[in-house]
Amino acid sequence: MTYSASMAVQRLFPTDEGHDLLDLTREVVAKELRPKVDAAEAAAALGEEFPTDIFRILGRAGLLSLPHPEEFGGGGQPYEVYLQVVEEIASAWMSVAVGVSVHSLTAFPVTTFGSPAQREALLPGMLSGHQLGAYGLSEPLAGSDVAAMTTRATRDGAGDDGAGDDGATDDPAYRIRGRKAWISHAGHADYYTTFARTSDARGRGISCFIVPGDAPGLSFGAPEKKMGLHCDTVREVIYEDVPVDAARRIGDEGQGMPIALAALDAGRLGIAAAATGLAQSALDVAVAYAKEREQFGRAIASNQGLAFLIADLEAAVLGARAAYLFAARLKDAGRPYGKEAAVAKLLATDAAMRVTTDAIQVLGGAGYTQDFPVERYFREAKVTQIFEGTNQIQRLVISRHALG
Amino acid sequence: MNIVVCVKHVPDAQADRGFNESDNTVDRAGVDGLLSELDEYAVEEALKLAEASGGEVTVVTIGPDQAADAVKKALQMGADKGVHVNDEAIHGSDAPATSLILAEAIKKATDGNPELVITGMASTDGTMGVVPAMLAERLGLPQVTYASELTLGDGKVTIRRDNDANTETIEASLPALVSVTDQINEPRYPSFKGIMAAKKKPVESWTLADLGIDAGQVGLANAWTKVVEIAKRPPREQGEIVKDEGDGGTKLAEFLAARKFL
Repeated sequence: MTYSASMAVQRLFPTDEGHDLLDLTREVVAKELRPKVDAAEAAAALGEEFPTDIFRILGRAGLLSLPHPEEFGGGGQPYEVYLQVVEEIASAWMSVAVGVSVHSLTAFPVTTFGSPAQREALLPGMLSGHQLGAYGLSEPLAGSDVAAMTTRATRDGAGDDGAGDDGATDDPAYRIRGRKAWISHAGHADYYTTFARTSDARGRGISCFIVPGDAPGLSFGAPEKKMGLHCDTVREVIYEDVPVDAARRIGDEGQGMPIALAALDAGRLGIAAAATGLAQSALDVAVAYAKEREQFGRAIASNQGLAFLIADLEAAVLGARAAYLFAARLKDAGRPYGKEAAVAKLLATDAAMRVTTDAIQVLGGAGYTQDFPVERYFREAKVTQIFEGTNQIQRLVISRHALG
Repeated sequence: MNIVVCVKHVPDAQADRGFNESDNTVDRAGVDGLLSELDEYAVEEALKLAEASGGEVTVVTIGPDQAADAVKKALQMGADKGVHVNDEAIHGSDAPATSLILAEAIKKATDGNPELVITGMASTDGTMGVVPAMLAERLGLPQVTYASELTLGDGKVTIRRDNDANTETIEASLPALVSVTDQINEPRYPSFKGIMAAKKKPVESWTLADLGIDAGQVGLANAWTKVVEIAKRPPREQGEIVKDEGDGGTKLAEFLAARKFL
């Protein structure tokens, strides 16, 4: 029996292109991702292995830049479409889906807050599909408390002051010094969307920079040894007086915090979609197994106790999908969506944890072994409750919206 | 150079494929279809040639309404225009009739002057692999088949054909027909931009009448062969389990010897 090879999730799209994109995504997933995920994740658990070739394939197919503006090489797709592509990718390979979401996040500050000249200069590369970005926000001592960051960008004498924003390489105007933690794609990224302090005014003293991956003074810690999501390489990024042009500062000095939070609103939707795909895959495995596994002379699925468990998992997955799609529609319509994005992230990642846990239960001892993928799904689900804002932070966001 | 690629829309091999009970033809409606994977190599090779030395790639298919998806896929990959021959009278056509229709469609699409025709080595549903040869005959073109490498030279095409024990290098004058194997290249995926561009590319839809073919020359009733009976492949039986009581090796050898593996 092959498990979760045919994810027949019903999908609605606001555009015809959505269906064509789905066909393309499912083809790439079936031919490139599913056949490689098990071996790649197992190898990456033992030593670093990063699926560069997979990102190249996704990039060439145009799947790395779907939600970004067409005029700079993006797909110009609404979030309602982009997120469903992320979900499909996650159903096969969570590390890659997280990578797609992170990459999208790294370009968000430029598309949303960059000057016309910066967009012109930076986006064609970022959205070409040939580059991968990393997002440097968290620090060892500044996780949920973003404003506690200590990485600092210091003005470097008489360099380019940013005036004119011509995007050209001038004398460095800043030198960045500090340390970022838990950075996906660290060591593999072509650029690092970096938040650093330009004054001591806590949340109002942070600025956003796009640091080239080959900048002098940039180095990386050892890959973190994680419980899952092994192909999502995570390392510290160390900045030792890394020179950055003023033309690469996105937004004004001090605008970094609002930029980071806006990007995270969008990024949360990517994680919600990915978690939904992960949950769907676990559910698919559980359903297939429950129908085939016989005990006491009949399929275990014929026991109502188990059938109702499956029903609850279905409800959790469909609820998660509905939540992220509603938030996406709000975003696409240009309405505020921060609360709904936080709700979607909370619901979808909790659903992923629950569905993967119960899927192992359905498979019993088999589910606890590496002969079946659900133990991996379970390990991958855990981190979704932690990154892109812990689910406690989501509750903080939601309650602030609700209580005003 | 104008390059014509023949493509076929086939039932998805991953799906539960079957036949129509009424006439023993392949069920093309009840199963999701796709561009035959072996034809993707032909499309890719044509695109590479056109990209390298200029030219226009036309894809031609025959089939019911849903066969338009095979043309669409090739256009999404980068082909320039498509031709879809669709006529109820074609249902059940055999290889000779298929080659006749393809030949007429290719002539019409190229004003009688195709410079290079590329096909896959076989379809993934019928897997006969005879249409390329028949088509070359109908078009009066030299045929160089099973190419695992293709180079265009001055007025000629050179291919490499890998056989079991040797490799042949074969040259033909242009215009010519080449069938390609799955070793020749790595077909590209469509890109999102390709998908968008494909929507604006021209696709001609022709009937038998448009090609001047009489319905009496094609279709199930005029096929040279007939599918008399169809049986499902029997389910796999449980293998023989040999209990090793010190003589496991011997028993294994006997098992293999009995089936002439040893």
